[in-house]
Amino acid sequence: VLRTSGFAIRLSSFELRSLAVRSVGKAAQPPGEAAPEMTAGSAKPDPRSGSNRAQLWLTDGEHQTLRAVMDRLIPGDEWGPGAGGAGGADYVDLLLGAFSFQPPRIWAGGPFSGRHGGEPGFDRWLDLGPVEELAWRIRIEGTQGDPARTFNGEVTGWQERYRAVFAALGADLADQPADIQDDRIAGLADEDRILVYTHACEAHYGDPTYGGNREGAGWRAISFDGDVLPRGWTDEEVSGP
Amino acid sequence: VNADDLDCDAIVIGSGPAGATVADVLTAAGWSVIVLEKGRNHLLDLEPPYGPLGHFSNDEVKCVQRHFLGPDPITEPRTYRRTVDDGDRLMTGHVNALPTTVGGGGVHADAKLPRFREEDFLLRAALGPVDGADVVDWPLTYAELEPYYAEAEKAVGVAGEETNPFAAWRSGPFPMPPGADMYGATLSMAAAENLGLHPYRAPSGVNSVEYDGRPACVNCGFCGWYGCPIEAKGDPVALLRRVLRTGRGEIRPESHVVEITLDRSGRYATGVRYLDRDRNEHEVRATHVVLAAGAFETPRLLLRQNLANSSDQVGRNLMYHFQTLTVGAFPFRVHGIRGRSVTGAHDDHIVGDEAQRKAAVAAGLPWIRGGLVEHGGAGQPVQEALVYGPGAHHGAAMRDSSLRERLWVFTMQGEDLAQPSNRIDLDPAVRDAWGYPAGRVTYEPHPHELVMSDHAAPILESVLREAGAEWTITSTSPPRGADIDLTPLGMAPASYHIMGTCRMGADAATSVVDPTGRTWDVENLLVADSSVFATSAGYNPTLTIMALAARAAHLLAGEPLPPTTAYR
Repeated sequence: VLRTSGFAIRLSSFELRSLAVRSVGKAAQPPGEAAPEMTAGSAKPDPRSGSNRAQLWLTDGEHQTLRAVMDRLIPGDEWGPGAGGAGGADYVDLLLGAFSFQPPRIWAGGPFSGRHGGEPGFDRWLDLGPVEELAWRIRIEGTQGDPARTFNGEVTGWQERYRAVFAALGADLADQPADIQDDRIAGLADEDRILVYTHACEAHYGDPTYGGNREGAGWRAISFDGDVLPRGWTDEEVSGP
Repeated sequence: VNADDLDCDAIVIGSGPAGATVADVLTAAGWSVIVLEKGRNHLLDLEPPYGPLGHFSNDEVKCVQRHFLGPDPITEPRTYRRTVDDGDRLMTGHVNALPTTVGGGGVHADAKLPRFREEDFLLRAALGPVDGADVVDWPLTYAELEPYYAEAEKAVGVAGEETNPFAAWRSGPFPMPPGADMYGATLSMAAAENLGLHPYRAPSGVNSVEYDGRPACVNCGFCGWYGCPIEAKGDPVALLRRVLRTGRGEIRPESHVVEITLDRSGRYATGVRYLDRDRNEHEVRATHVVLAAGAFETPRLLLRQNLANSSDQVGRNLMYHFQTLTVGAFPFRVHGIRGRSVTGAHDDHIVGDEAQRKAAVAAGLPWIRGGLVEHGGAGQPVQEALVYGPGAHHGAAMRDSSLRERLWVFTMQGEDLAQPSNRIDLDPAVRDAWGYPAGRVTYEPHPHELVMSDHAAPILESVLREAGAEWTITSTSPPRGADIDLTPLGMAPASYHIMGTCRMGADAATSVVDPTGRTWDVENLLVADSSVFATSAGYNPTLTIMALAARAAHLLAGEPLPPTTAYR
């Protein structure tokens, strides 16, 4: 009844990953072909995901470092930019600075993006209830000894963890050659590397509203159409090859 | 309690498929009802004309990564251990977190709505006991429930076809014909048929045509884990809208029930106390209180008060579906992102055959039963990307997309036998944001589930290869064997089908509620959700939840539906 494949993937991710990566090269669309167009509706670049977003929480140097890291985690190629080049650092900046806005920029609105028809609603951000705000402030800012937040003990927030990540990577990371960058990324604690990679994936393959996947570059590289409502897919597109 | 002091006839705790059904039936019968829901309201405007709020969207970041439908594991953590040997807990966080939101689990489900079969209600009588499990008969039969199944199918709108040879009898046709087959399902259903199985189009609470003022589904592909932005899924928005339109029903979101209040005898509920979004306390009073908070939160609330628990069965006999997940990667794109997530199914492993009987005997079991097998597509790209990992291979792997665009998935919702030691209780240390003890799962499967999964897996893999898959692999949830040491978040059963924790029975000594859903100990307190299931069957539970809730509410209102017979 649920998104079962997600469970399958998570539950035996190691085996699946090795199978999946081994099978690369048998792709239905071999590298070298032109990147396919989005197929549903009239896909247009999203003007909201431009590169001139005000920096909220990251310093200029941290932004450059994170951009470089994300481009090593999800590199660009002839199909499009890497996660950093497509705005991955903006994604993290907006997340860590989400409470600079009211409503906080945690949940984009709905029901349609406007990319495939209908009125665009994703930039009508949704408000958080008090419990939801508490959860997201703990996640982002940490408990900081606040009795209202420490019902299960102290939690280090993402802001503090990112600051530690930047310290570990060094302020000169963006200027280093790729192999040095990779060594430093590999030297991060597992949980921090996973955090940054998770955000890189969310940035690059999530909706451009959140700051990454600029102009749909991440989706275009993999022929993913994103939100296809209200058009959807015709019965023929669903049932046919 | 004086009638003048009452706020309403019935208080319903929880607004998911169970609570929505109870509220719908009772308000239609002229009762006044207040529905208290702990979560936010994103489902529908609570003011006339009760239209959609426009909050749902096809947004993987919001709906899958950022806990939009709740509960957030930071503020509402749950804990998990396999047995007491694991200590107080093995993990804390996201355990069977069905949505905490107006509409409950109905909002995020992809709405597969099969009925149980006649035999499912008489399992012990039909097949006999199994050592180490507590196999029982339900205190009611399929025939008694059939009128309510039919009513539930009409209420939310179920699209289906009568080609499943193993299905129970029906008193009428499905309200709608099935929707479009997903491409992968056309392949896997044909392959299943080639190998002697009996696939059919899965009954779905997703409109194939305009129904009850809601549009036909446009196949956007974001079903499981997403609320439907266009209301093509009827469960439970159709029910809750009808409740509001009567003028006798009220929905209060962000209302966290903290206590069921009792009179001095302790055998009669007077109402509930709850906290609103600002944690101000309120008390509401009614002649009846109906618990419909789901099979996790309902026992958690009762255990906090040790209420309705003279049998010591509250929280026990926790059942999931033991999920066997077989995936196949095809050498071409099956685009599982288009369509209703799951459009095909087969029931052969529930009914079994000679080979299945032999597998049971070989394992020293009297019988084994599997579950409905869903033929469905894969998920969205963020989840896929997380699996491939970072590095130079990443872009090629994503374009190749063997785990999304080229993946087809069988999920067997295997019958899980009740065991009293599998239970929900209160964690001794972990708390929610309100300071209450977190619910804790103690669960490990019975050998029945493992033997059945081992028997079904090679069959499912052979079907996917017959359909054209170039490789196949099977995993289970909960994981087993070498998989057990995977990430802690993968350890707990991932199934959100949670059942049995306030089981229904004919004997007050061994059950929590009577055959009409009333708790044995508190005469005007009912349980209407899947807590009352006596067995798990091998079928997605939601339609049975609604049928049982409808029956309980009709009986409570003194308006039972007349008996039915097969229509053909």
